[in-house]
Amino acid sequence: MNKQMTAAQAVAQLRDGMTIGIGGWGPRRKPMALVREILRSDLKELTVVAYGGADVGMLCAAGKVKKVVFAFVSLDFIPLEPYFRKARQSGSIEVMEIDEGMMLLGLRAASWGIPFIPTEVGLGTDIITQNPDIKVIDSPYDDKEWVAMPALKLDASLIHADKADVRGVCQIAGPDHYMDDWFARAAAKTYVSCDELVETDYFHDPAQARMVHWERSMTTGVIPIAGGAHPTSCSPLYGFDVPHFKAYSASAKDDEGIQGYLNKFLGASEDEYQRNVGGLDAIRAIELPSY
Amino acid sequence: MTAATDYTLAELCIVAASQSFADEGEALGTGIGVIPRLAASLAMKTTNPDLMMTDSEAWMLSEPNPVGKRSADFVPATESWMGFSRIFDNVWSGKRHAMLGPTQIDKFGQSNTSALGGTYDKPKVMMLGARGFPGNSISHPNSFFVPDHNTRVFMDGECDFVSSIGYNPARLPRGHSLDDIDIRLVITNLCVMDFGGPDHQVRLVSLHPGVTVQQVQENTGYPVSMSDTVPTTEAPTTAQLDIIAALDPHNQRAHQIKDNPPGNRA
Repeated sequence: MNKQMTAAQAVAQLRDGMTIGIGGWGPRRKPMALVREILRSDLKELTVVAYGGADVGMLCAAGKVKKVVFAFVSLDFIPLEPYFRKARQSGSIEVMEIDEGMMLLGLRAASWGIPFIPTEVGLGTDIITQNPDIKVIDSPYDDKEWVAMPALKLDASLIHADKADVRGVCQIAGPDHYMDDWFARAAAKTYVSCDELVETDYFHDPAQARMVHWERSMTTGVIPIAGGAHPTSCSPLYGFDVPHFKAYSASAKDDEGIQGYLNKFLGASEDEYQRNVGGLDAIRAIELPSY
Repeated sequence: MTAATDYTLAELCIVAASQSFADEGEALGTGIGVIPRLAASLAMKTTNPDLMMTDSEAWMLSEPNPVGKRSADFVPATESWMGFSRIFDNVWSGKRHAMLGPTQIDKFGQSNTSALGGTYDKPKVMMLGARGFPGNSISHPNSFFVPDHNTRVFMDGECDFVSSIGYNPARLPRGHSLDDIDIRLVITNLCVMDFGGPDHQVRLVSLHPGVTVQQVQENTGYPVSMSDTVPTTEAPTTAQLDIIAALDPHNQRAHQIKDNPPGNRA
């Protein structure tokens, strides 16, 4: 089955009001080209589930978001995501704030087709008091109370991988695939942008196949976009773009806000975006961060 | 072991904070931020060689990495993969001790990393979010590092948003006891504290050289339990300072506490 498509074709399959999972972590390996395609679309009223970074900030600032399910939204080296912060402080979005591990449990519950996973995480905190939809339940096996972390069912997930074949075998060769496998499993449809399209026999080498973290049946669409994670990192290919994130963050203090940033960089296509940020060679030359 | 006479407050804090990892045995030591990370690294190099550590990205190390940019030929001492999803398997096993720096810590030891002021739907200041604090606080021991001890951090009343569980009887989950909660040390630019006072009240453990008990109380928004004689935080040894210098070759520790004061302010 050939699942290759364009970013526009993938985004055309999304609908207003959908719950969208976004893979990656903070400023690391986000499917930013797909996020940019949403920014160019008419989509609105989305619920976004993510270990958030500028993906969440941009979608909030552009008015695409009704609700964010998050444990953090951060650019790491810039701790506070400027546009998410604005959205929260203006009260313009609904939120479901949970613990990082609770998000993992919610994605697992959705992946496994069960309504919830019991955990003690969240007990005694405002995660429970501020989320009336998260129930605390009795256990049939002990006398303690437990948090019933509900399944986070996703209508679609967006993920960026290093390499993929057209059948949807996706490889993440960087040191961490984060929770991307669970985002793929928790979603009805999963669209994966990739830095490089490869032939299937690339995976015949077990060392390469070992870095495939979900089965191709979980992949709906494959969208080859070299550099598609920019300005986030796609280790080992490129790091995150520190000057770009600084400019993005500074734009939140300008009168024009996100519109100024989008006017300068977004463009009508990914090709135009990449020209606006210095081209693919410049993206590929960005040094990996030292942690 | 020669006690140093010339050391910075940051170095004093690193050595004091490393104590919290000393008796942890074979557990993951996680220090978020330069001083907590150096504290865990120092413990692994001295008092607790069994401590486990990650590279703050995705690998477990058998030797801590120096902080900051490393030379191109540097080879990290990796021993296993430890991506973020696996971190939670470790967290929920309880075999971890994390040291972090929340924005607020109240009298119950509850902390806030999420939002300040306003209402929850429209906070005055949105911060990071709850991150992993809820899970950390109920799963394993935790310590705090506070570079600026004041009444905005150690505030009167309850945290604006409770990110981590503390010794608050009103929020105690059914079937749990306050003793299930394990907050170890609170290391600040003024002193070391813990929650070992009566009924888990915050307690002064040691004062940094040149700091008075009055200073600590004035800068804490709730009563601090104190004994009549409070020891002075032990000065680093020259051997500890050498290890810290090797672990932090770019001297990032000099930028962690305002004006990088000397360790002895007497």
